[in-house]
Amino acid sequence: MNLNIDFMANRHIATVLSGILLVASVVAFVWLGVNRGLDFTGGVLVELAFEEPVDPVMVRAILADDGYANAVVQSLGSEREVQVRVPPVPGIDQSNVGDNIQSSLVEGIGVADLRRSEFVGPTVGEELAEKGGLALLVALAMVLVYIMLRFTGKFALGAVVALVHDVIIVVGLFCMFGWTFNLPELAALLAVIGYSLNDTIVVSDRIRENFRTIRRRKPVEIINTSLNQMLGRTLVTSLTTLLVLLALLLAGGEQISGFATALTIGVVIGTYSSIYVAANLLLMLNIQSEDLALPAKEGSEDAI
Amino acid sequence: MPDNRVFGQNLFGTRTSADQPYRYPLWRYFIALGVLVLGILYALPNLFPPDHAVQIEVDNSSTIIGTRFTAQARELLENEGIDVKRAALTQRGTQIHLYDELDQIRAKDLLESRLNPVGMERQFIIALNLAPTTPQWLRDLGSTPMTLGLDLAGGIHFVLQVDMQSAINKQLGDEADKATAILRDANVRYIPTEDFVSETGVHIPFADESRRTEAMTALEISYGPPNHVLEEVEWRGAPAILITLTQDRLNEIENAAIEQNLTGLRNRVNELGVAEPLVQRLGSSRIVIELPGVQDSSEAKRILDKFATLEFRLEASVTDRPSQIEVLPYQGVDVRLLKENIVTGDNVTNAQQARDPETSLPQVNMQFDSIGGERINRATAPNIGRRMGIIFIEQRPVVVNEIVDGERVERTKIETSRRLISVATIQGALSYNSRITGISVRDAQELAILLRAGALAAPMYFVEERTVGASLGDENIDRGMLAVVIGLALVALFMIVYYKVFGVIADICLTMNMIVLVAVMSLLGATLTLPGIAGIVLTVGMAVDANVLIFSRIREELKRAAPATAIKNGYDRAFVTILDANVTTLFVALILLAIGSGPVAGFAVTLSIGIVTSMFTSIFVSRGLVHLVYGNRAVRKIWI
Repeated sequence: MNLNIDFMANRHIATVLSGILLVASVVAFVWLGVNRGLDFTGGVLVELAFEEPVDPVMVRAILADDGYANAVVQSLGSEREVQVRVPPVPGIDQSNVGDNIQSSLVEGIGVADLRRSEFVGPTVGEELAEKGGLALLVALAMVLVYIMLRFTGKFALGAVVALVHDVIIVVGLFCMFGWTFNLPELAALLAVIGYSLNDTIVVSDRIRENFRTIRRRKPVEIINTSLNQMLGRTLVTSLTTLLVLLALLLAGGEQISGFATALTIGVVIGTYSSIYVAANLLLMLNIQSEDLALPAKEGSEDAI
Repeated sequence: MPDNRVFGQNLFGTRTSADQPYRYPLWRYFIALGVLVLGILYALPNLFPPDHAVQIEVDNSSTIIGTRFTAQARELLENEGIDVKRAALTQRGTQIHLYDELDQIRAKDLLESRLNPVGMERQFIIALNLAPTTPQWLRDLGSTPMTLGLDLAGGIHFVLQVDMQSAINKQLGDEADKATAILRDANVRYIPTEDFVSETGVHIPFADESRRTEAMTALEISYGPPNHVLEEVEWRGAPAILITLTQDRLNEIENAAIEQNLTGLRNRVNELGVAEPLVQRLGSSRIVIELPGVQDSSEAKRILDKFATLEFRLEASVTDRPSQIEVLPYQGVDVRLLKENIVTGDNVTNAQQARDPETSLPQVNMQFDSIGGERINRATAPNIGRRMGIIFIEQRPVVVNEIVDGERVERTKIETSRRLISVATIQGALSYNSRITGISVRDAQELAILLRAGALAAPMYFVEERTVGASLGDENIDRGMLAVVIGLALVALFMIVYYKVFGVIADICLTMNMIVLVAVMSLLGATLTLPGIAGIVLTVGMAVDANVLIFSRIREELKRAAPATAIKNGYDRAFVTILDANVTTLFVALILLAIGSGPVAGFAVTLSIGIVTSMFTSIFVSRGLVHLVYGNRAVRKIWI
């Protein structure tokens, strides 16, 4: 591929675009908040498959009689399947709620196959949310340190800002659309970090190499050349990853769809950010070839 | 070229002059081939679908399950027209493999009605099971299939929280009683209060500071490192001493409590008749229980909730009224005991089997908590020479077969059984540390276990429960596998279209990566979950990245070099990039693994293994294949 797109000419547009996306995400996060799923809020979820189609109104009536007026009832896929969610009630042990709901619905409607039933205590939910947040921070910190050792501080900053950018936008989109955020989606978010990082490093690697081999050219030109050289690869890898995610979205079923959605968004944003956020930031930080003059150390590391 | 030092000769290349094609050393082909063969061997068991089987274990029966028993069970089924595929002894009993699910359920019912008579306590545990069908020669190599997680196999996952604060409070209450007893003995007056114990420790207030100094001297003899910290503090306006437990001691209490509860739970779970249950500690204060194949969570919970306890009572004297007396048999003789309890098993904190240091006769050493110690002391001091009995009360689930509406059902009843397990003469006033003598070695051993197991160290409650129905589990497997196949096919097709011959090579590497990934997971005994399958799918998409990097580099190099040199440079120069990118992704995956639990961990396991195996196949193996195609000859043009 003999591309010569002047990526960096558009960098101010990209900065504005990223800015808008980030602000919108933060606003959505503050205003709408994350639609935290059962894993993080605690509560009860029961999914039953009946032999005949079931009217959710009837299910609600039965549950209200049982004292679960706060239950959320939803038909799934086919009309035979019903999902019941009961939010956590402070100070009340809910460990038997699932069993109660199951038995009264079977009694009131008919034979049902238990698809799944979940109960998460409120403390467990809080802990999972805390641990998840911690995992994100630790992941970002470790990445920062590793890139600082392998590259320089400026690259590390660029990479981490790109990652934070991706994570905020993915979470922001989840807030905007009100999609449920559970443990698998958290795992997807961490995988997005991994993926976007992979992309950013590949680009940074080429920028570093070009800074060393191509002398006497402006940093903007070198970065542009590097981005063009890596564009083919970046697009191909994003494409293959999107292909498998498509397979997961189409065939994986309802339980994995949130995970696949988060990753799909993350891959798209991650590809964009490794071009426009990480590289853009290098220019803003005024990267020079002197920043990368550490060949002696490199040689010894490669001999591992 | 100055570059050579940076990107040059590493693990994967041999330096030759750029003009002539160079050889790829033979040993590298052997390594690649060896890994492939091992990969196939250890991935293979996953291709054998498991058999529907029925597992029989002894519950209350005295029968020994051996080859004869197995043969009889087999004959019984075959006489009823159920074809038996295979029957084999396992570590815990016997397993009968059948041809389909229908036969499996019929066989269970049949065995149930023959082995467990109606109205009697259950003799055998008969559980449905999916038995692996790995051929013997593979099993001899230690090759077994991956375990399926509950979201794929169906079953119940419980997490129980052990209430540590109550275990610690119990201990602090003891400390308060012991400390005040010491002060009374030393004649140091303290200000009595109702609530010595707080969450931080034990506060003992004094009228003035000189008393506190005296008290400190008295307490320092028994209190201090490594278990306690004594501090002088101001408490509610009075000078006070604060006794706190050290972190080491707290950890010790927590560990003892959780271990004891684990033992109790394991016994309960065994009662449930599940083929492969898991009872495991989770973090510092939780216990996780997994019951594959079980669907009825309310029954499981009822059984896990029940435990045993002990009652200590004095033998009745002739003056006691009959209404105060309970008669229980002990070794064939009726023993008359008072109905009033001195203490119960709740007050026993620990028990060990031992021998009397002087007579070397067997005995059981017990430690009571403060309340228990005081009570038993008050009760035994005036009653030396009288006998004391210990009653073991067990609330256990008993599984009984009944006929309801003409259908045979298994019912679980909570049965309370009361047994007199020891009657011994009181030799002297008992206190916090007591011993029971006059019993046989075997009884001493059993009693110590029962005393320990009987006392539940701390209350527990359910904090998490996830049940996955069998139908959803099957669906999850099917959908997950379909996603893997579609993803693999799409990527493979794309690679061939885009990279031609090199695409085929990348696809071969991708396939090998899948085989090695599954083999490593099987070898490590990793559990496959739905997010784990998602991790595999993602690995497919990302594993080709290394090849994409190499191939696009080769294309670039082709513009300024001959094919052989371009290939060599492509591999060498892409290596550092691949390494950097994968090491950082591996970081993230390992953080996921360390911090995450459940679905997150399942995903992280496959992702981490996938990263490592994909680096091997897409660099090491693909280079070998490229040289097989283009090496050792002069190449004019390559298809990339």
